[in-house]
Amino acid sequence: MVNRQVVGAHYGLRDWLVQRVTAVIMLVYTIGIVAFLFLATDASYAAWQALFACTWVKVLTTVTVVALLWHAWVGVRDIWMDYVQPVGIRLTLHVLTILWLVASFIYSIHVVWGV
Amino acid sequence: MNKKRPKHLELWNISFPLPAIVSGLHRISGALMSLAIPFVLFALAGTLSSAERFDAFKSCISNPLVKIALLVVLWAFLHHACAGIRFLLMDIHKGVDLPTARLSAKIVLAVSLVLTAVIGVYAW
Repeated sequence: MVNRQVVGAHYGLRDWLVQRVTAVIMLVYTIGIVAFLFLATDASYAAWQALFACTWVKVLTTVTVVALLWHAWVGVRDIWMDYVQPVGIRLTLHVLTILWLVASFIYSIHVVWGV
Repeated sequence: MNKKRPKHLELWNISFPLPAIVSGLHRISGALMSLAIPFVLFALAGTLSSAERFDAFKSCISNPLVKIALLVVLWAFLHHACAGIRFLLMDIHKGVDLPTARLSAKIVLAVSLVLTAVIGVYAW
């Protein structure tokens, strides 16, 4: 085995794992919503609203939104790191991405819990 | 490693292999969807709102441009999800050999396009 010096910020493995765990959370949530649309005896406007009136649905939706935004952060940050080399522009893009995702999170709380 | 190797850079003769195209579209669809997050949340808010606002929301999404945008986001989601499942399977060493990887890349492209068309026709 080659004895090599590991350099870098050491977040690679954690983010690799985060990307996969959050992906599975979103897949499970999607399967649940699609199953509701197919299996609900009356997949109507009223049934849809009743579903999202349940506290546990709101909780699971919020958990999935957090998974989505974390997943999006890792993905979009990797795109900037791959294609944007000048540090100043990259830092700006990172900050704008974080603002976009944080604003989305606050709006999602308003949408899911505000009704 | 200094061997002289033949170079083949005739760009009109070479193209990306299918798995590379699926991977590239995975990235493009992901970037697209991260921009779409607030708009999808807005759509969810529309479906959860009062009856009057729900009617306004329905007339908004019956606009052809909005419908096309929704279809693009739907394709992005389906492609990203299918390609993501393919990558997760490869993480646990399923289908990493070249013939299987090429076949699964074809399946990902086909399934996401067909599902987008089917849901699009159904919802239009």
